[in-house]
Amino acid sequence: MSWWPVLPILVPLTTAILGFAAMRSLRAQKVISIIGAAALLVVSIGLLDRVWGGGILVAQMGNWPAPFGISLVADALSAAMVFITGVIGIAVAVYSLADIDRRRNAFAFHPLLHVLLTGVCGAFLTGDLFNLYVWFEVMLIASFALLVLGGGRAQLDGAVKYVALNLISTLLLLSAVGLLYGMTGTLNMADLHLKVQEVENTGLLTAVAVLFAVAFGIKSAVFPLFFWLPASYHTPPVAISAFFSALLTKVGVYALIRTFTLIFTHDVGYTHTALLAVAALTMITGVLGAAAQNEIRRILSFHIVSQIGYMVLGLALFTPLALIGAVFYILHHIIVKANLFLISGVVNRTAGSFDLDALGGLYKSRPFLGVLFLIPALSLAGLPPLSGFWAKLILIKASLELEAYVICAIVLLVGLLTLFSMTKIWHEAFWKPRPVPRENPFAAAVVGRREMALLMTPIVALASLTVAIGLYAEPLMDLSAQAAAQLLDPSDYVRAVLGGVP
Amino acid sequence: MRSLILSTAVHLLFGLMILFSLFLLLRGHNLPGGGFVGGLVAAIAFTLFAIADSAAAVRRVLRIDPRYLVVAGLAVALLSGLFKAAAGMPYLTGAWVHPGGLPLGTPLLFDVGVYLTVVGSVLTLVLTMEEER
Amino acid sequence: METVLAILVGSLVAATVFLMLSRNIVKFLFGLVLLGNAANLLIFAAGRLTYARPGLIPDGAAAPLGDVANALPQAMVLTAIVIGFGLTAFAFALVYRAYQELGTTDTDEMRVAEPPLDASQLDTPAQDRRAA
Repeated sequence: MSWWPVLPILVPLTTAILGFAAMRSLRAQKVISIIGAAALLVVSIGLLDRVWGGGILVAQMGNWPAPFGISLVADALSAAMVFITGVIGIAVAVYSLADIDRRRNAFAFHPLLHVLLTGVCGAFLTGDLFNLYVWFEVMLIASFALLVLGGGRAQLDGAVKYVALNLISTLLLLSAVGLLYGMTGTLNMADLHLKVQEVENTGLLTAVAVLFAVAFGIKSAVFPLFFWLPASYHTPPVAISAFFSALLTKVGVYALIRTFTLIFTHDVGYTHTALLAVAALTMITGVLGAAAQNEIRRILSFHIVSQIGYMVLGLALFTPLALIGAVFYILHHIIVKANLFLISGVVNRTAGSFDLDALGGLYKSRPFLGVLFLIPALSLAGLPPLSGFWAKLILIKASLELEAYVICAIVLLVGLLTLFSMTKIWHEAFWKPRPVPRENPFAAAVVGRREMALLMTPIVALASLTVAIGLYAEPLMDLSAQAAAQLLDPSDYVRAVLGGVP
Repeated sequence: MRSLILSTAVHLLFGLMILFSLFLLLRGHNLPGGGFVGGLVAAIAFTLFAIADSAAAVRRVLRIDPRYLVVAGLAVALLSGLFKAAAGMPYLTGAWVHPGGLPLGTPLLFDVGVYLTVVGSVLTLVLTMEEER
Repeated sequence: METVLAILVGSLVAATVFLMLSRNIVKFLFGLVLLGNAANLLIFAAGRLTYARPGLIPDGAAAPLGDVANALPQAMVLTAIVIGFGLTAFAFALVYRAYQELGTTDTDEMRVAEPPLDASQLDTPAQDRRAA
């Protein structure tokens, strides 16, 4: 019994409540938000420290024993995800001090951000399927509010598509949970792991598994369910885009990994092969979609889709090495993708546009920003010695072990095309001479020193994290290996949740 | 739109509905009822009031911004889970006292939080829409 | 009884699909509401339908007297209804705002956030369809 799994939910929730209570004072809201985000980071490090080395922490809410009450479970994967959430949480909170305008702040941006953090942490930590649905809803409603916050025309337009498709996914998830409950009579994931083995009608079970895959697939934006993502992620302010792109789709991937290692392993030949096809198509369509775009944030949005493919690929190959790759990939990708969006915000602030045609000459005026862009961009493409290289290397090695040469070729090809997109941004925005501004010469307002410092601090921190992981991948690799081991052999997880019951 | 019949009826019904909502809230633990339905009934009472009179009148009667009701409700619900924390019990474990044989526990406190949250959020929604008209 | 509910859920989903295929975003939302109800009924049916008493223990007893209905699907449906209520309210408010800003409920015309169309894609404007 432990309080550690509860704290990552209580801390942001308390922060959000205090933030809402301080509605009248923007300054107080900001101070509370930063303190809350820092506290979440501290708590998440504490949680990670306690599960390091194979420990699994369980908290039974309301002191109800396991299959009856709601359990919160922190194994290596959950703790790692919560930790990375804490990192992104504080990075975005600091960045948004300079990025979010007064009007959006007045609509309670900071408290809403913490509600979103509550939902994300809850989804990572819960050990109960229906509770997972509830956390998805908490996340969804907070993300809706953030997406339309202070909304102009484009934001509302993107939000309509985001809301419509995510609501469908939610209802599919709800139906799937209901059907699974009807077959097994339990909602606790550890208990489900045992009960699913007793289900005789495995055909129906596979159908429910696919229903779950579709519901989580919409959330994580895999082919062919990703259309809402590039339609909406480029519309809100950059701080919000960065947070969404880093974490929201990854919650979907996390849920896929959790359910398809713990519950639906009865017919790996069917379900995971289907996932493999989905993963390959996701990688290809995402990267091709990105190649056709000419706006930084839209390019990055399509790259989220293609990168999701890599993570699902790790799950679909379903070998120890592949799962290590999937977990490593998620952790590395969250940092890199958030950073790329944050940098695109600085580009917009200094040059006045996201459009590659209107940009140029940034390397001359801001060489430091150029270097900071190259680090996550090359890491995303998988160049050594950055973090993305290791992530891709493990996945390629895993596919070679299975002699899945086609998959391996796709992984390499998509990496190459990612590099193409990144060099395109580099060339257009940083290298080519600045075009004569056609209209709106005042768009590139001078950014104050203090503001610039607030914008750059998280970027520098995340970039150094990327380099650090690249040069010294051992700890993260170790963590991913622990997570993968627990995923492939859930008996420890089940024992920790259900106690004495074998 | 002012209607004499509606506003007279609402003035008579308003107190009764608030009373009934509290009744629903309090019987909720072991019988049908609870914070959510109670909160909805109270919110309907205020909404009727807003339709019969005006949103401004509701704000006057309520005295505080309904958004603060949501905040207070969430805070109460959050705190209600912490009572047994000192005893090393998990979050949301129920704590009970029996002054004079009357069972009072943290689930009731949680329900009060739900009640406040529901009243606050529905009223925020309704009053904003009513004022926009 | 489950058969009747299954048919009901099926027809609700069919109606949903019909509504959601419409270009009109308001019809899409009505479809969403129906789909929500279908999901709730599905959970209800999956939790087995029985003629039984509510799962409450009377005063003085230690266990319920006689058969009681499974309370968990009811709790799930209740939660789902509450959440669905909030999300639907938000979705309708959002579409109303979008209508105010964009002046349309036709999804084909909602492409402010998209890159501009090429000339080749412009030969079937929505106005023609509406006139037809």
